[in-house]
Amino acid sequence: VFKRFVEIGRVAFISFGPHAGKLVAIVDVIDQNRALVDGPCSGVRRQAMPFKCMQLTDFVLKFPHSARQKCVRLAWQKENINEKWAATRWAKKIKAREKKAKMTDFDRYKVMKAKRMRNRIIKHEMKKLQKMASKKGKKPEKSEKPEKAPKPGK
Amino acid sequence: MAGEKKPGEKAGAEKKPDKKKSGEKIPSEQKAAPKAAGDKKKRVKKHHASRNPVLARGIGRYSRSAMYARKALYKRKYTAPETKIEKKKKEKPRATITKPVGGDKNGGSRVVKIRKMPRYYPTEDVPRKLLSHGKKPFSQHKRRLRASITPGTVLILLTGRHRGKRVVFLKQLGTGLLLVTGPLAVNRVPLRRAHQKFVIATSTKVDISGVKIPKHLTDAYFKKKRLRKPKHQEGEIFDTEKEKYELTEQRKTDQKAVDSQILARIKKVPQLRGYLRSTFCLSNGVYPHKLVF
Repeated sequence: VFKRFVEIGRVAFISFGPHAGKLVAIVDVIDQNRALVDGPCSGVRRQAMPFKCMQLTDFVLKFPHSARQKCVRLAWQKENINEKWAATRWAKKIKAREKKAKMTDFDRYKVMKAKRMRNRIIKHEMKKLQKMASKKGKKPEKSEKPEKAPKPGK
Repeated sequence: MAGEKKPGEKAGAEKKPDKKKSGEKIPSEQKAAPKAAGDKKKRVKKHHASRNPVLARGIGRYSRSAMYARKALYKRKYTAPETKIEKKKKEKPRATITKPVGGDKNGGSRVVKIRKMPRYYPTEDVPRKLLSHGKKPFSQHKRRLRASITPGTVLILLTGRHRGKRVVFLKQLGTGLLLVTGPLAVNRVPLRRAHQKFVIATSTKVDISGVKIPKHLTDAYFKKKRLRKPKHQEGEIFDTEKEKYELTEQRKTDQKAVDSQILARIKKVPQLRGYLRSTFCLSNGVYPHKLVF
């Protein structure tokens, strides 16, 4: 049921708060609600952070618990987390959302035109296929009918 | 406190006033004499030191009239020379005008005063109004323009018969209204005035740097005309003469002159023409406060 667990080295995405949108690695667990967290390559100082604002990612780093920042950084850079993160769908969706929010009126117009053109092309192709399918359906119907009658009769 | 001030400071403070004031009111520099000597000797002779000895700060020994005599100002009366232009300009305004006699006693002429005496004096004079400051008439108001509106910005009109249309901003007129054009060929908006408050400024800008807008396009050019000289004929009081707006040739030529320049620039930007042709509208899920324009 659960695939991602809170463990030492788990990379988490901060969803709200002052560091919203950044990645951190869980260095240690303080108690039921908080973890010691560090993000040397994402500009987050080593600090306690509640689990509530963290969302776990698929990445896990290898370092011992309470490792110092240097170790965390090394592990992070070794795994190349920043690049891997940018390649995930999650990060891409975030980026797309940001872009959409920044769209100006002119951009919206251009998007509308592009979407319309695309949909027209798709619709055109669909209609073509439908037409072909209906033609195919009709032709064998006409020729099949006289055939079908004797067949079941056999 | 006066007692605390050193005498040296006093002297220093007194030396500050202008050279020209020497000897008049405040007893000033004693250094005037050597300074003038340093100047061109041709010009003015050495200025005399102050002829009014100081009794206390700001108080001289002699009165105004005594000083007049001591400085011999009765001999020194200057007037500025009258220039040729001033000589020519001495025309007085015309007081009367001669008009021909018309009507019954036709022929001949009569003399009519231009500035006539008032035909009515109120029984009570109007009381003097209290002084007020800072209340300027509209013509002297400060005109502001939003920073987001610069020449060439695409604006969205929100009111008027062209609401929802996207339009190019040209310049701000004297009354503060914005001069705006469709261009006409693109969305049927002519050269027109728009109010800053009823306009959304988008971040899309057309480069209008070289465009020359004719200088006669002012507020007076765009103002609505109203003719009212019914000559006391009671027939159809409510029939205003210029109800229908008529397109003049001058407007057409001005429109062409401006639009030709702008259309060339619009064509350079891809899809801009279609953008200006479209209208702005809101639909479900679109909230203006969340939109970036």
